[in-house]
Amino acid sequence: MSDAATGPREPPLSPFTTVWRWHVTMFASIAHRVTGVALYVGALIAAAWAVSLAAGPQPYAAFKGLMGSPIGLVVMFGLTVSFFYHLANGIRHLVWDAGHGFDIKSANASAVLVIAFALAASVAIWVIAAMTGAV
Amino acid sequence: MASYRTPLGRARGLGSAKHGVGHWISERVGAIALVPLTLWAVFGVLRLAAGDYGVAVAWVSQPVNAVLMALTLLVSFWHMQAGLRVVIEDYVETGLAKTALLIANLFVCGLAGALAVFSILKVALSGA
Repeated sequence: MSDAATGPREPPLSPFTTVWRWHVTMFASIAHRVTGVALYVGALIAAAWAVSLAAGPQPYAAFKGLMGSPIGLVVMFGLTVSFFYHLANGIRHLVWDAGHGFDIKSANASAVLVIAFALAASVAIWVIAAMTGAV
Repeated sequence: MASYRTPLGRARGLGSAKHGVGHWISERVGAIALVPLTLWAVFGVLRLAAGDYGVAVAWVSQPVNAVLMALTLLVSFWHMQAGLRVVIEDYVETGLAKTALLIANLFVCGLAGALAVFSILKVALSGA
């Protein structure tokens, strides 16, 4: 280390995916970020919903028409999976933050559990949506 | 040549800003609040998707729905601002682009969140 440095050093960047060997916990971590960014877009859609509702019946019908279109439904299904994944994995992170479940066996098992829950809950909610006339 | 400066000498003035713990805790408290709020919102979305404009206005006009929806949006936009900030800090090198992205993230979340919450309140208070 040199004395010449007068200010704080550059913070290191996070390693990108290319340097990691595939593993379920690695997938779970990357998926948490990917679904988080997807839900960012989802929240902007939710804001558009609120603004269209406040704008009146015609803008609201246009918004609902867009979300009910094939592309809209694909986006909503993607957001459903993203939501249940990010929710369950977020709880997994909170459990870690509380100091539990850090050993390799638990981390592997909880990663598989979170992925399975996200898929099952997404299918379940779309079955409910179909039964209640939401889609 | 070996450096004769002590570790303390190098670290002085460059250490923690002492804001980390409060920031960390507020991120987690927001995340905990979002668990019940967003689960409730899922069922709100199901209800709204099955109905038309009139159903949506009537639903938002219920005080409990208006308050929970406004809180869900408020905490969500706060949470996602903090989340994307970490992603930007992790992957973008220090410089103008990083600063611009961090500010854009804050402004997008602030603007969209304010528009969403104001719209909810407008519908809830005026009925349309």
